[in-house]
Amino acid sequence: MYVYDEIDQRIVNERVEQYRDQTRRYLAGEIPDAQFLPIRLQNGLYVQRLAPMLRIAIPYGMLSSRQLRKLAQISRDFDKGYGHISTRQNMQLNWPRLEDVPDILAELASVQMHAIQTSGNCIRNTTTDQFAGVAVDEREDPRPWCEIIRQWSTFHPEFAFLPRKFKIAVCASETDRAAIHAHDIGLELVPNAEGVLGFRVLAGGGLGRTPVIGSEIRPWLEKKHLLTYLESILRVYNQLGRRDNKYKARIKILVKAMGVDAFRERVEKEWAAIKDGPATLTDAEVERAKSFFTSPPYRTLPALDECAALQSQLAENQAFARWFQRNTLDHRVPGYRIVSLSLKATGYAPGDITDEQMEAVADLADQYAFGEVRTTHEQNLVLADVEGEQLFALWQRLLGLGLATPNIGYLTDLICCPGGDYCSLANAKSIPVAEAIQERFENLDYLYDLGPIDLNISGCMNACGHHHIGHIGILGVDKKGQEFYQVSLGGHQGKDASIGKILGPSFEQDAMPDVIEKILSTYVELRTDEEHFLDTYRRVGMEPFKERVYAQTH
Amino acid sequence: MPRLIRNGEVVEDSWQGRTLSLDEYNKQVESGAAPSGDTAVQLDAGQSPEDIQGDLHAIPMIAIHFPVFTDGRGFSYARELRQRGYTGEIRAVGHFMRDQLAYLARCGVTAFQFDDGTDPADAVACFRDFSEHYQADVLQPEPLFRRR
Repeated sequence: MYVYDEIDQRIVNERVEQYRDQTRRYLAGEIPDAQFLPIRLQNGLYVQRLAPMLRIAIPYGMLSSRQLRKLAQISRDFDKGYGHISTRQNMQLNWPRLEDVPDILAELASVQMHAIQTSGNCIRNTTTDQFAGVAVDEREDPRPWCEIIRQWSTFHPEFAFLPRKFKIAVCASETDRAAIHAHDIGLELVPNAEGVLGFRVLAGGGLGRTPVIGSEIRPWLEKKHLLTYLESILRVYNQLGRRDNKYKARIKILVKAMGVDAFRERVEKEWAAIKDGPATLTDAEVERAKSFFTSPPYRTLPALDECAALQSQLAENQAFARWFQRNTLDHRVPGYRIVSLSLKATGYAPGDITDEQMEAVADLADQYAFGEVRTTHEQNLVLADVEGEQLFALWQRLLGLGLATPNIGYLTDLICCPGGDYCSLANAKSIPVAEAIQERFENLDYLYDLGPIDLNISGCMNACGHHHIGHIGILGVDKKGQEFYQVSLGGHQGKDASIGKILGPSFEQDAMPDVIEKILSTYVELRTDEEHFLDTYRRVGMEPFKERVYAQTH
Repeated sequence: MPRLIRNGEVVEDSWQGRTLSLDEYNKQVESGAAPSGDTAVQLDAGQSPEDIQGDLHAIPMIAIHFPVFTDGRGFSYARELRQRGYTGEIRAVGHFMRDQLAYLARCGVTAFQFDDGTDPADAVACFRDFSEHYQADVLQPEPLFRRR
């Protein structure tokens, strides 16, 4: 993974001291609240319902075991001993003291971490495929490009006061695991007619109050032009994006208002002025970035189906076999497996992890996975490089830690924002709804029979829980001071991304498990063999689901 | 004379000329009366540098007005002016804050005229916050990756 040199370290250290002084001036009454707001936001600090919330950047989800241990220590020393993995692959602490944040940032800087631009109207943490570098369907490792974008976007002088937040995601594989259609800019590494990889550029996607699937701005961009092209898009947005209404301030509204063609034309005009300028990437810089993402020292191993120990463990232990099938994936290197650690055990807030779990996972990463851990936008963790023969031992350790729930990709592996229990923006709680649904669908046979289903829950319009792109989406709404839940169906985050459609009138919290059950039993009755939930929905449409859910009981 | 920050130093504001709004300025240009060297123009938010008529280089000072400090359009305006080769003074006026100065300077703003009682002598300290930057900017046209 990327390792700071002296300059990277100096920049982060200087940021800590800058913020320390800003905090001091704020507490001394020298900076008014309104001015301190964007300063603290761009250092990751929100003021939430119960306490401040600090969002720590985990660039494109990559963590070393050392960094994870530091997060454990910080969550213990400055917080209540747990952290929350967000849908931007970041970690949120829910209870830090505002006065302590400079010290927390200094602790982070000591392990090459920060909270820069994790919030505020600026370019946020770039996200990508949690299986980058190990996925079998990968065209190229996206992480060097993410790091190049991270450095370019860190303290970009022109784009720190944008109309609204700005999110970039990169996909470099056949299957999109980074939800690039739901981002302000989505980048996909694709071959041109000559087979040379370049960037397909999407712009104007986003969730929130007005969900929009991104539009193609450029079918193929030569890699070296990445930064000048991004800069052109941002410059158009910074000048023309709406600033009179925060709900209409995202780039998606601008692209829609101008029309894709006019927007593209404007971007190309800006680009013509800076194309081939100094920000054009050099081969040396691309090679430098790539040099941090080389393969770890893999051993030459037999393929997994020739691994006798593993095969007999799978044959003898049904629970292990179930976990193997659901929570591990093919690896591009023979004999290795990608392992997902589920943070979706029933009874625990989705995406939460305790300090002790963090330390234990760091140890497991050192022992089994070259000391690396990844966070996912589905709010789980990944150990990307585990030898087949070690899987059984790893599984036993994970069982003891409560991190082996075999539900990755299934209904109970739901995405869920912190909701009204923590967040001051939320209209409704989301964690209790998640928990009630997880409890109802705990039977694994039924869960697996339902097949892969994305269930996404957001406590408000801001859509941190990505409810628009869940096959089943749940949105907390406020009706005259009461918490209600609106259900949508048919959202999807892949290359054939779609925005879910609203089922009908919203429901009370207690009704939610029944509503979900009716939706699922409708699906089970209507599906053909091998048809997944989304396929059935796309074939039969909304009506049968609607009829069942809203049928009068006689 | 009021004090302001120019090129990182606290100085007396020596500007003696007049500052016209973009509309007034453009009217003068259109009427054929080339503005003299003591006429500056002020860009308000929503007025792009490309809207300035006539010879950009003849203008001794261009003020960029910030209606609220969260309105970042002026950052791009300054950058565009420098990209068009403008070498005169670009002055930030209106509502901006000390903690934005370093970014604004990197975008090409050379003078800062506070309207909120901020002491320029305190504010100049912010230029020392960072010793290095990743991006190419007006002060450092080579991005870090070309100098590493």
